[in-house]
Amino acid sequence: MYNFVLQADDLDSLIQAIRAQGYEVLGPVVQDQAITYGPVACASDLPRGWTDEQDRGHYRLKRRTDGAYFGYAAGPHSWKQFLQLPTRPVWKAQRTDHGIRMTEIVDEAPAVAFLGVRSCELHAIAIQDRIFIDDHYRNDSYLNRRANILTVAVNCTAPAETCFCTSMQTGPRVTLESDLALTEVIDGQEHYFLIGSDSYRGGQILNSLPVKPATARQLQLAEAAVDRAAKEMESGSRQFDSGDLKELLYRNLDSPAWDEVAERCLSCANCTMVCPTCFCSTVEDSTDLSGETAERRERWDSCFTRDFSYISGGPVRADTRSRYRQWMTHKLASWFDQFDSSGCVGCGRCISWCPVGIDLTEQVARIRELEEPS
Amino acid sequence: MDRAKLAVWKFASCDGCQLSLLDCEDELLELADIVDIAYFKEASSREVEGPYDLSLVEGSITTAHDRDRIVEVRRQSRALITIGACATAGGVQALRNFSDVEDFAAIVYAEPQYIATLATSTPISAHVTVDFELQGCPINKHQLLEVISSFLHRRPPQVPAHSVCIECKLRGNVCVWVAHGTPCMGPITHAGCGAICPSYDRGCYGCYGPKENPNTGSLVHWWQEELGAEQATVIENLRNFNAEAPAFAHESRRLAGEAGQESGDDQK
Repeated sequence: MYNFVLQADDLDSLIQAIRAQGYEVLGPVVQDQAITYGPVACASDLPRGWTDEQDRGHYRLKRRTDGAYFGYAAGPHSWKQFLQLPTRPVWKAQRTDHGIRMTEIVDEAPAVAFLGVRSCELHAIAIQDRIFIDDHYRNDSYLNRRANILTVAVNCTAPAETCFCTSMQTGPRVTLESDLALTEVIDGQEHYFLIGSDSYRGGQILNSLPVKPATARQLQLAEAAVDRAAKEMESGSRQFDSGDLKELLYRNLDSPAWDEVAERCLSCANCTMVCPTCFCSTVEDSTDLSGETAERRERWDSCFTRDFSYISGGPVRADTRSRYRQWMTHKLASWFDQFDSSGCVGCGRCISWCPVGIDLTEQVARIRELEEPS
Repeated sequence: MDRAKLAVWKFASCDGCQLSLLDCEDELLELADIVDIAYFKEASSREVEGPYDLSLVEGSITTAHDRDRIVEVRRQSRALITIGACATAGGVQALRNFSDVEDFAAIVYAEPQYIATLATSTPISAHVTVDFELQGCPINKHQLLEVISSFLHRRPPQVPAHSVCIECKLRGNVCVWVAHGTPCMGPITHAGCGAICPSYDRGCYGCYGPKENPNTGSLVHWWQEELGAEQATVIENLRNFNAEAPAFAHESRRLAGEAGQESGDDQK
């Protein structure tokens, strides 16, 4: 699909063409010493020449030696925050002379373009789509927002140490549909993007850009850049066989590995907050002082909190061991039973943003290591 | 229907949490319409006799007199809610629990023999039954109003006991610990402040005390081994306004190599 070439100097024309179609562009920006997702008005807002150094419990913003626009890996933010809002009002209720009047709060769903979506992130959005749109309990807030999103995917050529999408078969090459898809190539003095479109609206934007047909060499260089990223991960320490994860975890619900990890885990919930597929939320009902009005709010929740599993009599999962086990077995095993796929896309965010550096790939290896031959 | 009678009590404290109630301004007028503010010495010299429907208790127990007075407050109160770090964990004055209070008195007072004080500062819950503890130094006024509303309307208060990290993530903050290497108490600290310090690019001080199920030992290990925090820094962070909260005190005592008792409530 990457049939055209857009010179890096013309990248701004892409952003302006998207804006001209009425979309607010959200994309990578440098903020608080990290590459986060925020409003992008022009190409100079992008993190050109920046990258990240990531390891377990560690993230540092670093300078690149080249001027790549998309030379970084998944950061602290994910697109989840724009689709499943961290917190939102659901309804308000007012006491009247004739009883209680309930008002559903239908929130605004703006036309938004996600610029720089990685393959792992397209997979994460697809997973959330299955949960919020395709499953039994539709979330209208998510559905309305999702319908107004234009996706501009960028093939990953700069994975972090913490990335393992090759183990989860979710990247680095973009394989799911997006409105537009790009590959960034820097070849000596040449700096350009291979660009293509999967959709009518993407095609309309593409038609307005100063692009030229790609040459065989340009296509080849773009392929090679993504191949390099794949090889980097495949030869890294976090590569593993994910084919039997469900069976492995179901066999090992009493593994001593859960006790070991509970010694370290802070049950702070950072892993679930940064995970692009973790979808749990709670609702908080409150009244004002007079008791005349009430409100329900939805808020991101986490299986690492006590309240998450609280029922009459106490929490089902009172200790850290049971909370971590719940998270990991859901993510890698029971997700298959529930949604027919893994809940993990291998983006590595849970590894980098765990304050005490708990590494999901290490936990899998540890469970395997401790498993006694049956 | 009679209005509920509200009382606000002060024990050893700085008054900051009571001030959070006065600081409610617009809502304070509404509150005064809805409840009878029957005893609130910081706001009014009016005193209505008990019993009271709701007592808000600020401060810790540091004297024999207060130790008796809290029992009477409890006796007069249908519901008793503690507000702030002093009332729920002993406050900054619980630093005496890690030392000898007579040494402090000798330094501060010219005639320390006139000072009658207990050897420890203890939370209200060490002396009487408490219906709800609102943590924070000082407490958050929105949370205070939420707790009062929930009491008035017989519903559970929306005061989540999870970490400050969740508040950071809801705000979209970049983690100062992971991205900057700044030691932060957020992962073991109770939410409620709205993650103010990390939002201004510094580590959490732990003003709101321990969250539920905190793993202080693991946090301390990473601070020392990976973030290069000095032992003195770790102890200072654990011994702030919530020094005697068991989840913090246990670890700071271990670090300081002390063989002291865990809590001073045998002073009763």
